[in-house]
Amino acid sequence: MNAVLSSTRVEHSTAEPLLSIQKVEKRFAKRAVLCGISLDVASGEFLTILGESGSGKTTLLRLIAGFEQLDAGEIWMGRERLDEIPAYRRQVNTVFQSYAIFPHLSVFENVAYGLKAKNAPRNEIPERVTQALAMVKMSEFTQSAPSRLSGGQQQRVALARALVNRPRVLLLDEPLSALDANLRRQMQIELKSLQREVGITFIFVTHDQEEAMALSDRIALLRSGRLEQVAEPREIYGHPRTAYVAQFIGQTNLLRAEVHDGVATAGAIAWPSAGPSGPALFSLRPEAIRLASAAPANPTGATANFHGHIRNQTFGGAMDLLEIDCGNSQAIRARVSSPGTLSGQQKFEFNAADAVRVQEGSET
Amino acid sequence: MYSRTYKAGVTIPPLLWVTAFLLVPYAILFCYSFWSVSSLQVVVHNWNLQNYAQLFRNPLYLTVLLRSIRIAGAVTLLALLLGYPLAYYLSFHAAKRKDLLYQLVIIPLWASYLVRGYAWKTILGSDGVLNGFLQYLHITHRPVEFFLYSPFAVILTLTHIYTPFTFLPIYASLEHVPRNLVEASHDLGASPFSTFLRVILPLSLPGILAGATFAFVLTLGDFLAPLLVGGPSGIMISNIVVSLFGAAYNWPLGAAISFFMLLLVVTLLSITERIEKRFTIS
Amino acid sequence: MSGAFQSQRAPFLTAYALLVYAFLYFPILVLVVYSFNGSGVGGFPPSTWTLDWYRQLFVDSALWDAVRNSAIVAAVAVCISLGIGLPAALALDRAEFPGKALFRRIVLLPLILPGIITGLSLLMLFAGMGRNLSLFTVIIGHGTALISVATTEIFAGLQKMDRAQEEASLDLGANHWKTFWRITFPNLRVSLIAAALLIFTLSLDEIAVTFFLIGRDNTLPLEIWSRLRRGITPEINAISTLILLFSIGTILFWYRLRTRAQATGEVQPATALLPSTLEGESS
Repeated sequence: MNAVLSSTRVEHSTAEPLLSIQKVEKRFAKRAVLCGISLDVASGEFLTILGESGSGKTTLLRLIAGFEQLDAGEIWMGRERLDEIPAYRRQVNTVFQSYAIFPHLSVFENVAYGLKAKNAPRNEIPERVTQALAMVKMSEFTQSAPSRLSGGQQQRVALARALVNRPRVLLLDEPLSALDANLRRQMQIELKSLQREVGITFIFVTHDQEEAMALSDRIALLRSGRLEQVAEPREIYGHPRTAYVAQFIGQTNLLRAEVHDGVATAGAIAWPSAGPSGPALFSLRPEAIRLASAAPANPTGATANFHGHIRNQTFGGAMDLLEIDCGNSQAIRARVSSPGTLSGQQKFEFNAADAVRVQEGSET
Repeated sequence: MYSRTYKAGVTIPPLLWVTAFLLVPYAILFCYSFWSVSSLQVVVHNWNLQNYAQLFRNPLYLTVLLRSIRIAGAVTLLALLLGYPLAYYLSFHAAKRKDLLYQLVIIPLWASYLVRGYAWKTILGSDGVLNGFLQYLHITHRPVEFFLYSPFAVILTLTHIYTPFTFLPIYASLEHVPRNLVEASHDLGASPFSTFLRVILPLSLPGILAGATFAFVLTLGDFLAPLLVGGPSGIMISNIVVSLFGAAYNWPLGAAISFFMLLLVVTLLSITERIEKRFTIS
Repeated sequence: MSGAFQSQRAPFLTAYALLVYAFLYFPILVLVVYSFNGSGVGGFPPSTWTLDWYRQLFVDSALWDAVRNSAIVAAVAVCISLGIGLPAALALDRAEFPGKALFRRIVLLPLILPGIITGLSLLMLFAGMGRNLSLFTVIIGHGTALISVATTEIFAGLQKMDRAQEEASLDLGANHWKTFWRITFPNLRVSLIAAALLIFTLSLDEIAVTFFLIGRDNTLPLEIWSRLRRGITPEINAISTLILLFSIGTILFWYRLRTRAQATGEVQPATALLPSTLEGESS
């Protein structure tokens, strides 16, 4: 398998980017859908473009694929200007959200379509198709008619059909959104290992932040046509740049605080915080908060604590979600390992470093 | 996504053909309507409005025009009265056999127009089936004359022809009425009749308009039914046009009457389009 | 779409519907029955049973010439209508150009305009060009008048097509030409066949436009027409019955195609030609 498809290990940032998106703008009628996007994609990486519907993520993908023309900016692939080449000549392939399998062709003919269109050597075609189908575990359906396949099976065929062409970049437009939860999780694992095996750059579009975090080497969070943050999943989760990022990815408590002399105060809660004085917004993840009684004996770094009345306790299996009234206008949400049923008043604790300072809106 | 060559390639050939064989001919029609015919049966290019004036001043033409409009109105009304309940029945009451019944409505459409007109001729004639039947039952003792060669016969024949035409769009729009709206109406306490008046009928309006327009316009321009079953008292405006292009050689006058019909049709279409736009939820 | 709506009992409505069906079929029934009637077209009840009229029909060479002419005209008209209607539908679906709304209206106009107007206009065009009337002029007339049928049908098929398939084809490296023939065209197969059948049938029965453009060779409807002027003969019943059977056969075949396409999910339940099919323009 690896002999047929290129296999490069994932290298980050030091090499020249494979795909360079520079100040790209796109408008539909008078509405601006993409407002100056700049993004570099490294060779062999799994990049996810994450965003709500209407954020422009699918438009960006379609610009890379060549189904739309950009209004401003440039897209480069290596030394070539990509956006000046028509779609059928780009070394980019797409897995569509609706799979777009050709119903009048068999699975084999579907997968062979791109090879035939570009006049690949005839004697190579059967072998390459067979290997592509084996890679997505669809070998037994080689001669089937697409109408007999389930959604998940069609999606694998779509994947094989794209990958058999050895594109330099594979675009995936929310490919898992139509699958049920279990199949979805299974496909996520398969996609990830497939990408590692094949080494092709994947650009994956989704609105599901959990999916993004599970699969990606890097996440590009898009909001109303602008990039909020581009970073590795751990980084984007642990150090969100803006309030939007903090709330979109995972859950958080947004604390409006005043920083003065190295101490941040948000109503009834205070913690040590370096950084400029003045009003500031902080993000504190619920799982960062623990019961003071359950705290480790030797904490690493400074801690802060506060008292609060548990307004609500929701059982969640491994962790419980607590809604705490500490005297602030907003309740604090905390996720703690199943403590059993708790009584009203408790003392809570968190590491000061877990309160991350975030910007209000996105300033590009 | 589509290159400029592609778009040009699909736009230009139809544009050329339509210009050559629709736009230009209509333009010629337009020009002819302003010319006249000399006593030597030659068309003279003296631009004037005489032909249009004649259409409205000549008592014969005016009578026939008004009769045509009346007949078209009657046919439209009758075709709607027949077509709507049929469509309603199929859409709301004929669960299992709906497709078969639908096909049964379409089949008469594909029996040739001429064939059906001719059939009515044989039925309505003085020794035709209807008279024969009535005499057989001793309801009448002599053939009834006015069945054939009268406006009545024209209306009857054209209603028969155009009922499927009103049925089709009405059925389509009834099928599009979301059933949960009907259920909601019942749930809120409205009787079936009230539901029909306040929910179903308004939502089927686009279909009614489309069907009525079809029936009215095509009846207005019809010249075959009058020739088959109309007789002298059943002549319609298109028959006058036909004779002006035939024996009563006067192409410019015929062109004027035709162009007037064209204007009428286009006006009617834009009116119904505007009404439809206001009533349609997109 | 019609789902599981509870069919209520409605005896009056049912009776009314039956009456309408009776009204629609009565003349047709009379026609067929009397084509076998020995004493011709009049009287009631039909007296004798005979196949004479059919026998007479089969040796009527003038009539069969007309049938042949009609078939030729219809076949070529199908080619013209599809050949112009297909790019027209594609243009309406995909291209933006100045005057597009006007173009759309003009293409659809012959659908609802009384045939006499289109026929007359073309007559004047040919007269102005000094062209004699013949089957050629009839073919141009039919082809032009029926473009709207082709355009409507194909446009509906385009709208229902999965656009992503064309994008997938381009994405995989096939250019526009290849994409059209390998992907778009097969997807339009049902629409094209339906349109062809419709146009063929309509052309066979076309009278209004043909009336003004006919030369020496008659089409079938005009041949029947000229005989009708001379007087009623039961032979006409016979040929009418045959035409009816042929039309029914064609339509049933069309219907079978459509239901098969519905089953594979290619097409939604069919509702025939409507100008309003093209009213709502997608942006």
